[in-house]
Amino acid sequence: MMRTVSVAETRPSTHPWAVHAEKLQVKAGRHLAVNELDLTLGTGVHGLLGPNGAGKTTLMRALATVVKPSAGRLTLLGEDVTAGADLRRVRRGLGYLPQHFGFYPRFTVREFVEYLAWLKEMPKTVIPAAVQRAIERVGLADRADSRMKTLSGGMLRRAGIAQAIVNDPEVLLLDEPTVGLDPEQRFDFRELLRDIGLDSCVLVSTHLVEDVAVACTDVVLINDGRLVWQGSADELAQQGGTDDAGDSATERGYSALLRAHRGRVSA
Amino acid sequence: MTTHPTPAVISHYASGGADVDDATVWAVEAHLEVCAECRALLSGAVDPGTRELLDRVAAGITAGITAGPGPVRRRRLPRTGVAARVLPWLATAAGLMLAAVLFEKTFASLPSLVLLIAPVAPLLPVAAVWSRRLDPAWELTATMPRTGLPLLMRRTLGVLITVVPVLAVAGWGTGHSPGLWLLPALGFTAGALALGTLVGVDRAALALAVAWSAGVVAPSLADGQLPIVLTGSSLPGWALTTVVLTAVLLVRARRRPRHLTRTFR
Repeated sequence: MMRTVSVAETRPSTHPWAVHAEKLQVKAGRHLAVNELDLTLGTGVHGLLGPNGAGKTTLMRALATVVKPSAGRLTLLGEDVTAGADLRRVRRGLGYLPQHFGFYPRFTVREFVEYLAWLKEMPKTVIPAAVQRAIERVGLADRADSRMKTLSGGMLRRAGIAQAIVNDPEVLLLDEPTVGLDPEQRFDFRELLRDIGLDSCVLVSTHLVEDVAVACTDVVLINDGRLVWQGSADELAQQGGTDDAGDSATERGYSALLRAHRGRVSA
Repeated sequence: MTTHPTPAVISHYASGGADVDDATVWAVEAHLEVCAECRALLSGAVDPGTRELLDRVAAGITAGITAGPGPVRRRRLPRTGVAARVLPWLATAAGLMLAAVLFEKTFASLPSLVLLIAPVAPLLPVAAVWSRRLDPAWELTATMPRTGLPLLMRRTLGVLITVVPVLAVAGWGTGHSPGLWLLPALGFTAGALALGTLVGVDRAALALAVAWSAGVVAPSLADGQLPIVLTGSSLPGWALTTVVLTAVLLVRARRRPRHLTRTFR
């Protein structure tokens, strides 16, 4: 499909990192779920790993501008959102799939994605084509006109991914996107991730270490709201020894890093 | 328009362009795009196998178009999440007004229930347009660039466009002056939005509705007469209140746009 490339798209970016957090603190209720986190993310697919309660979802919500950080600095797409930047401009470049994905049951998939594309301030003329493309990319084209209450869990998840990618976001945040997808759909999804990660910053939160090993170029490991380790997926695989828990090299690397971190904290 | 290529060049081009250089092929191609005569020459020059293939493809596509599903009709009014969740509340407000009319027609001795309820009739749907609890996709819609005062005003306007005709029918049916039901309703709507910049629109609207019911509706039903604020002499007061509250809303929203987006959602 041919489309006009706008000046804004070809303009060189003026920010070194799509996501830049310095000493970031975010509260979940009263609990400080993200505590003095330093993180930089550029173009590529980043896997966000961590045990339950590590602060993955809270970090995602802060990056998606749902919650405001309580302290520290957070710069998204070159705008300091903790210092009263233009949130609207940042949000136009965001795509977000929440962990608990609410939807309107009586809407069809197409209506839902269209409505969110409108809320994302996409020009009216490009919405129908962009919606169709997003729905095709997640493999839901045959169910595009079914009501959302008739969809299975995996299909809903894919509808959620469709709304997240409909505006070709510069920063795509996916919280547990592979929950409910069958193996074949997971392969397709990884393919989609690699495709999007070529020119945007994708952060995928998951606790499936295998997803990270295959689809991610870069791994971010957090625990207790702090950054434990950041590096490539291959480097993660090399961290583990033979006596670490796990069935694959990546899993062993994951458990070795976590164990070392816990040792440092308690020492 | 360039000069037409010779039939010999066209037939070379049709046979794959092995004996002509690239520049000539491009020139022929560019010319063919704009010249129907030369395209006719070209279709005569291709070999029968290719022509048969093209015919088959054309026939196949025509059959596919006639047999396949038609283009999806686009809805004139796109469905929005807010319309879906506000509809029941609009219906409730309309039902309430209807009940008030019936009540007033039945018990003529009591003070006008239509006038007593009209000010708070838009508040239920206004609370619903910006309520976090009523929006299942709140977590998503909270991250959208289209938010803040323009969206709030748009939705409120939508509610008023639906509720005011209902009020008009009720007011006309019971024979009250339009100012007495319209101005208080607008005043309360502006009040809910202005107070909403502090505590959230849904809470503000509910608080105002409860305060009005407890402070004015209940006492005047007990007394058996309309309160002074719902008589003709208080109309300038209502107009002034509405204007002042709207100004407060605009000033607050402009000064702290981020605050507005957060408390409204």
